Amino acid sequence: MKTRVYVTLKNGVLDPQGKAIHHALEGLGFSGVNDVRAGKLIELDLADNVGDADVEAMCRKLLANMVIENFRIERVADAAPAA
Amino acid sequence: MKSAVIVFPGSNCDRDLAVALEEVSGTRPIMVWHRETELPEGLDLIGVPGGFSYGDYLRSGAMAANSPVMRPVKDAADRGVAVLGICNGFQILTETGLLPGALMRNAGISFVCRDVPLTVENSQSVFTSRYEAGEAITIPVAHHDGNYTADEETLDRLEGEGRVAFRYAGPVNGSARDIAGIVNEGGNVLGMMPHPERMIEPAHGGNDGRKLFEGLLQAIG
Repeated sequence: MKTRVYVTLKNGVLDPQGKAIHHALEGLGFSGVNDVRAGKLIELDLADNVGDADVEAMCRKLLANMVIENFRIERVADAAPAA
Repeated sequence: MKSAVIVFPGSNCDRDLAVALEEVSGTRPIMVWHRETELPEGLDLIGVPGGFSYGDYLRSGAMAANSPVMRPVKDAADRGVAVLGICNGFQILTETGLLPGALMRNAGISFVCRDVPLTVENSQSVFTSRYEAGEAITIPVAHHDGNYTADEETLDRLEGEGRVAFRYAGPVNGSARDIAGIVNEGGNVLGMMPHPERMIEPAHGGNDGRKLFEGLLQAIG
């Protein structure tokens, strides 16, 4: 089963990359962008017997650094590859 | 002083650290590959060197922190063996949980590579005993992810317990409270972004890093 893990910086943690992207968007003339936060998307292809608790353990042990990051787990029922 | 330097794929300051240790102590450190599951017996010091272990994949230091060798390194640190993490080594030590906080992308986005003025905040640790408290020194940095971050409570605790070893004399990378290096609760683990091993003789442009190694030699033989 395909599972997506979204890793994002916690609120209040300065995101220099998001700031630089924001700045670049403004430089390109895109107005109305209030803020940009950059994160990571990690796609896991998991065997059927891997449960939510296992994925959460993966996030806490490796995929996210809980000092600065949050994670969100999304199970994707459709096996089609992500666009 | 019996020392070891851990080598990860992508370490690039391991030999510089070994040269500095041998130069000051007269004894060549044992180079330990990251796949090892045991460390040599009777170590006084473990060096976790700078570099870009695993290409900084996922997060700087995240992969190396899960290398087999880090388990015995953690055990040794818990027993009180001195552990010195420099640059990527500091990142690895925070990722293993041996030191609190995290090192994020520099606030200015750019890689910073230059000599920086530092203040020695605490001269009581085994790493800093040869410096004076408040001493101004210059040590080079070379990093992309040196922006030290921790919650306010942790930062207050570090300050209150005298665990900030080195502080940047001016802004370098956005680090909270300009923190450049910290020690653990037991005082036997130091993580720092600047590279003392690159400042041990006048030919390096200065020798302000030498006292760190001399202090270690004095403190732990």
